[in-house]
Amino acid sequence: MMLIHCPHCGARDVTEFTYGGAGAARPADPAAADDPQWADYVYMRDNPRGLHDELWQHSAGCRRWIAVRRNTLTHDVIATARPGELPPR
Amino acid sequence: MALCAPPSNPNTLIVKYSIVSLLRNAFSHHEQWPLAWRSPPPKPEYDVVIIGGGGHGLATAYYLAKEHGITNVAVLEKGYLGGGNTGRNTTIVRSNYFLDANAHFYEHSLKLWENLSADLNFNVMFSPRGVLNLAHSHADLEAYSRRGNAMRVNGIDAELLGLDEVRRMVPLLDCSAEARYPVMGGLLQRRGGTARHDAVAWGYARGADSRGVDIIQQCEVTGFSRSGNRITGIDTSRGHIRAGKIGLAVAGHSGQVAALAGLRLPIESHVLQALVSEPVKPVLDTVVTSGAAHFYVSQSDKGELVLGGDLDMYNSYGQRSNLPPVEHAVQSLVALFPCFSRLRMLRTWGGVMDMSMDGSPIIGKSPIDNLYLNCGWCYGGFKATPASGWCFAHTIAQDRPHALNAAFTLDRYAQGRVLDERGAGPFAWAH
Repeated sequence: MMLIHCPHCGARDVTEFTYGGAGAARPADPAAADDPQWADYVYMRDNPRGLHDELWQHSAGCRRWIAVRRNTLTHDVIATARPGELPPR
Repeated sequence: MALCAPPSNPNTLIVKYSIVSLLRNAFSHHEQWPLAWRSPPPKPEYDVVIIGGGGHGLATAYYLAKEHGITNVAVLEKGYLGGGNTGRNTTIVRSNYFLDANAHFYEHSLKLWENLSADLNFNVMFSPRGVLNLAHSHADLEAYSRRGNAMRVNGIDAELLGLDEVRRMVPLLDCSAEARYPVMGGLLQRRGGTARHDAVAWGYARGADSRGVDIIQQCEVTGFSRSGNRITGIDTSRGHIRAGKIGLAVAGHSGQVAALAGLRLPIESHVLQALVSEPVKPVLDTVVTSGAAHFYVSQSDKGELVLGGDLDMYNSYGQRSNLPPVEHAVQSLVALFPCFSRLRMLRTWGGVMDMSMDGSPIIGKSPIDNLYLNCGWCYGGFKATPASGWCFAHTIAQDRPHALNAAFTLDRYAQGRVLDERGAGPFAWAH
């Protein structure tokens, strides 16, 4: 069973969390972004086999969004933090 | 022994499987059967190289040879044939789709399934035992009525069943008023059913090999050589192979192989699990699915109940089972069929799905001139196998899609032509 360490609540079972995906950055200036940039943001994925920085919501706990660095092949949770505060790789 | 030598490859002798060859081999205690396909070393160059030796890749090679006369073809497989999702699915075949593009494509697939054993001279054990979608509410019944009508307009069989008809058809189902998921009726596609998944890979492999296709296992693609906007060759664990055209059919690892060619795809890889119970005598002679429970079950020819449901719902390349979705599937099984509560589960497993952002597949050209994409199969790649190979072969041979896969282009996402697989309205974040 995968345990995720919520920065606010401690280690909890994965079933308490809702996955939020990679959380790619929106185009910095939305009005200036063209269709290909929006299509890239909405649809395209890096989809790595290995380390993946992603967002999860502790939906059955404190209900806050957290950042998780996880290995998509082994499911090892490497690090968790508040959104935007994961250490550099 | 009934022998025939196909003209494209006179060195291979293929036994036609029949009652005659079966009787003849019985006299030699079945120890003299020839191998079903060769395992040649890769040649330095092919007209077409298909990456991925699952059902879709092998079917593509088969139809390239059979329908288009292109036989200088190799299929490269990292592991062994059908060791990925072809051997990990739950074998369900159906064409009960709402949107026209999906309906026509999957109906073409179902028609190929209906004659596939004869076409391949290999028993894929296609069993049209019916696929029943349970309706648990008035809204479900309305939605199934709408979908069934859309199917019939497209020439696909569909029957809307009432509660009594469902009860007669699936007597073990809990149809009582106290049921956890009360049953109000269902949508039935009688021509749907199941097939033997391994046999599909083996049958297509044998059919492709007999027409001259080289099937090369234990051969992992590690890179591409480029010249301008073309790929000239493929670096593999068994050496460099030059290729005129390249077809990518690697399912859950599409993003990985596409990245070697510098492409990003609208695909996330997720693990999807299934499990089987201990075998019991025949108790369930159709495929039962429940959208409310996100669950489906059928009984295999060996007697095991085959069940599955949702993704784990987070990006994963782990080809293995995790307990929460197993628990969900078993809870759903027992809620619908209380009589199965004492069955023990025998095996669980997982496969890596290529989840596209609208739920529909991609079969078509890529931004690279001679690279073609076949991916985005989500929950339903198995039933698509024949039509996927058939359409992909056409797309590669003719350098343009067939009408049946014209809607499945990669550029539909940027152009706003997404094809919502469930027919429930388009949205951008299906997976």
